[in-house]
Amino acid sequence: MAKVEFLGPLGRPSIEVDIANLSELKTFFKDDQELQDWLAICAVAVNDTLVCDLNIPLSKEDKISLLPPVCGG
Amino acid sequence: MLELHDGSLHVNTILADWYAKISDKNYGAFIPFVGIVRDEDGIEGLSFDIYEPILNSWFNAWQERAKAQNAYLLMAHSRGDVPNHTSSYIAAVVSPKRKVALTMINDFVEDFKANAPIWKYDLVDGKRVYAKERSHVLSGSGLLKADV
Repeated sequence: MAKVEFLGPLGRPSIEVDIANLSELKTFFKDDQELQDWLAICAVAVNDTLVCDLNIPLSKEDKISLLPPVCGG
Repeated sequence: MLELHDGSLHVNTILADWYAKISDKNYGAFIPFVGIVRDEDGIEGLSFDIYEPILNSWFNAWQERAKAQNAYLLMAHSRGDVPNHTSSYIAAVVSPKRKVALTMINDFVEDFKANAPIWKYDLVDGKRVYAKERSHVLSGSGLLKADV
């Protein structure tokens, strides 16, 4: 099971999901209305590298991170 | 060099430590930037979450960029709550000559604001309120949003 972590203000505990790629994760989240508002503005990292391709293959050891808009300093 | 501290930064100590580390390395310029939390809109301070794995890789990429210009970067940032009129962020560039450091400190801080994985909250009545309007979306945002 791949791990999904919700960073910063998302404030949700991590979950584990059985998915083969990010396209399946997108489908997994499609009925979560509260999360959809966040997903519109969240970037996605796989194993701590930002990605922009839904078709990247995922394995059960992979970590997916959702990153809301940032503002340090 | 990247340092993360719980709560407000001890500016005098950090800057003195950095100066001691670099002063005998034959750099001609040491350009620090110190960010101080301002009292505005009734906030009591700011609070921060940090995602360290991506912050480290972001910083290391910048350090390589600095190294290519014979410069060196130093940065300290707070985790958790930082009251008004104290510091949450210090960045500095050292380089043999001032022009490289003066240019790089601006570029570095701008990129930090846009891309470092740090989340800022206003402290209002003792509670954290995400500073969403002041935050910047990262590259690739919206990838997982459902199609309409």
